Amino acid sequence: MITRRSFCKKSLLIAGGLAVPLAALELFDPRKLLAEKDEKGPRWVFLVDTRKCVGCGFCVKGCKVENEVPYDANVTRTWVERYVVTKDGKTHIDSPKGARDGFPEKGIDIGHGKLEEIRDDDIEKAFFVPKLCNQCDNPPCVQVCPVGATYQTADGVVLIDRKWCIGCGYCIMGCPYGVRFFHPVYHVAEKCNFCYHRITKGMQTACVDSCAFGARRVGNLRDPEDPVTKVIMTERVNVLKEEYGTKPQVFYLGLSKEVK
Amino acid sequence: MVHGEAWTIKEFFTYPNEYIYWTIQIVMYPFMTGLVAGAFVLSSLYHVFGVKQLKDIARFSLVFSFALLPVAMLPLLMHLQQPLRGIEVMMTPHFTSAIAAFGIVFSTYGMIVASELWFVYRKHFVETALELRALPQPGAADRLRALLFSVLTLGAWDISHEALEADERAVKKLAAAGIPVACFLHGYAGFIFGSVKANALWMTPLMPVIFICSAVVSGIALCILTYILTMEIRKQLSLRRRLAHPEIPSMEELKSAEAHVVAMTSRYLLMFMVAAITLELLDLIFRGYTAVKSWDILRSVIYERDFVNIFVIQYGLGNLVPFFLFLIPGLTIRRATVGTVLVLLGVFMMRWNVVIGGQAFSSSFSGFMHYVLPIWPTSMETLKEGLVGALIVAIVPFCIFYVLNKVMPVFKKA
Repeated sequence: MITRRSFCKKSLLIAGGLAVPLAALELFDPRKLLAEKDEKGPRWVFLVDTRKCVGCGFCVKGCKVENEVPYDANVTRTWVERYVVTKDGKTHIDSPKGARDGFPEKGIDIGHGKLEEIRDDDIEKAFFVPKLCNQCDNPPCVQVCPVGATYQTADGVVLIDRKWCIGCGYCIMGCPYGVRFFHPVYHVAEKCNFCYHRITKGMQTACVDSCAFGARRVGNLRDPEDPVTKVIMTERVNVLKEEYGTKPQVFYLGLSKEVK
Repeated sequence: MVHGEAWTIKEFFTYPNEYIYWTIQIVMYPFMTGLVAGAFVLSSLYHVFGVKQLKDIARFSLVFSFALLPVAMLPLLMHLQQPLRGIEVMMTPHFTSAIAAFGIVFSTYGMIVASELWFVYRKHFVETALELRALPQPGAADRLRALLFSVLTLGAWDISHEALEADERAVKKLAAAGIPVACFLHGYAGFIFGSVKANALWMTPLMPVIFICSAVVSGIALCILTYILTMEIRKQLSLRRRLAHPEIPSMEELKSAEAHVVAMTSRYLLMFMVAAITLELLDLIFRGYTAVKSWDILRSVIYERDFVNIFVIQYGLGNLVPFFLFLIPGLTIRRATVGTVLVLLGVFMMRWNVVIGGQAFSSSFSGFMHYVLPIWPTSMETLKEGLVGALIVAIVPFCIFYVLNKVMPVFKKA
């Protein structure tokens, strides 16, 4: 008869023995295999020229249609913010419906459906700032995902596996830029992915194609001949919320200190 | 409707995708794990440090901690957008995430509590099983119970003096191992919040320590409260049954035992409460003194928007009032009951002010979000993440405790 002691010993041995083949899976890490091939792919980056943005919201429309984010849902992968700085030094910001329809009202949307009217004479400066996922080099959303459903590809874009996301919302909490939300149809985390299905086939992102003013451009940072790369390398560009250490890869031209 | 839209009111500028995504269930989660950890620490005070006065409540809090354990998971499941995939946290943990540790810490802790309980109750299992087997004409229920208790003995039928002493040594070792694990179980819940660099209110290394201290406070408070309640019920029962069963302890015996246990336990409650408040105030003072970029918006949340929640309910009603209630000499059962209820309220509000308060402002620092708790459910979403969902989570541990008490009687004298 098997004694309790030997039963415990043997079950531990079996459990340990089963764990060994599992460890072998590490040998076939696809990222390592790719690195060994030593072929450097692209590093997708984005360039926003805020001086060219007129706040028409066509980028938001184009994005919603292309990426099947329900048109009337109050969430969006990309949006445009309006900044109005008045002479008393105050900054008024709004983005009604993410500026899907542009800015039809002159007054600033301050929530509860109320508008704050500002006299033209009081305005010191005003401008628009388009926002989208920064595809950070050090993405906090990827770090905090408990199941690895969101991940960074070799070309720098952070993607979400809709079949694996458990919908805990930790990534939404972890993003300092507020780009993430729950998809109203799939009920998993959702965000801008630079139209990964398009850029990997040599196309532009939907928002870039929709922008009539050239305020948005997507490029490959590893290609020194890429016009976007040239701008980033030679001109005075800025990024959002650098202090969080996320190393954002959406670069801005003409960024003002008021931008949040 | 977008998730979060049903209960979020936005004011001034918030990013379009910002809503209150972590709601009442995420308030319940650290509250419940806090109770688990606290109850366990209380029982360990007796088992490890030999605080004899806590003997009566030690067994009680151990069983209660076990009853609370499965419920710590419940709010998480109710909060998930994909609850059926919740098991993935165990299957494919992504270890850079604080939540991924959940599966390991939670199951380790569960095993420790379960095995400690087994050693504590082994004698009882064996005795009951033997008793039931010896019945001359056992009914179906008796046979089922005999089978249950025989299985629970796991084949260890030896209840000689030496064997029981070995059990006690095992209990001591397990309880000692359990304290760091219990602290880790809850400290990591604090880490989940404290490590979110995107949230100005949450991000502080003090968060795990604050969570552990307030966890112990709430765990002890709940144990005292439940202990008092069950003792009151036993008193009523003893009044009724005393005539038929003279071996049941008398009303006076119960009363003095109860007063003694409550007085002793509340001392430990006070000690942990002082530690918790000190840390929380340190955090607040430090934020105000250093006044980094986020302080402007934090100040308006802490001192204006959430003033009643933080200073009146949490610190005032939840800390200051019970502090004096317990400090005034001649602690009565009634005063202790009021005190523990207030302490529980205070700890609950602390969780609320961290979880909901942390989302009360936009990460643009330019706007606010207000959380409206869904009282009456109008959809599955408002059911799960509303008052009803929270009440379900609050009630379930007592139901489990009721069942566990049938198998592992808390009040039977060893």
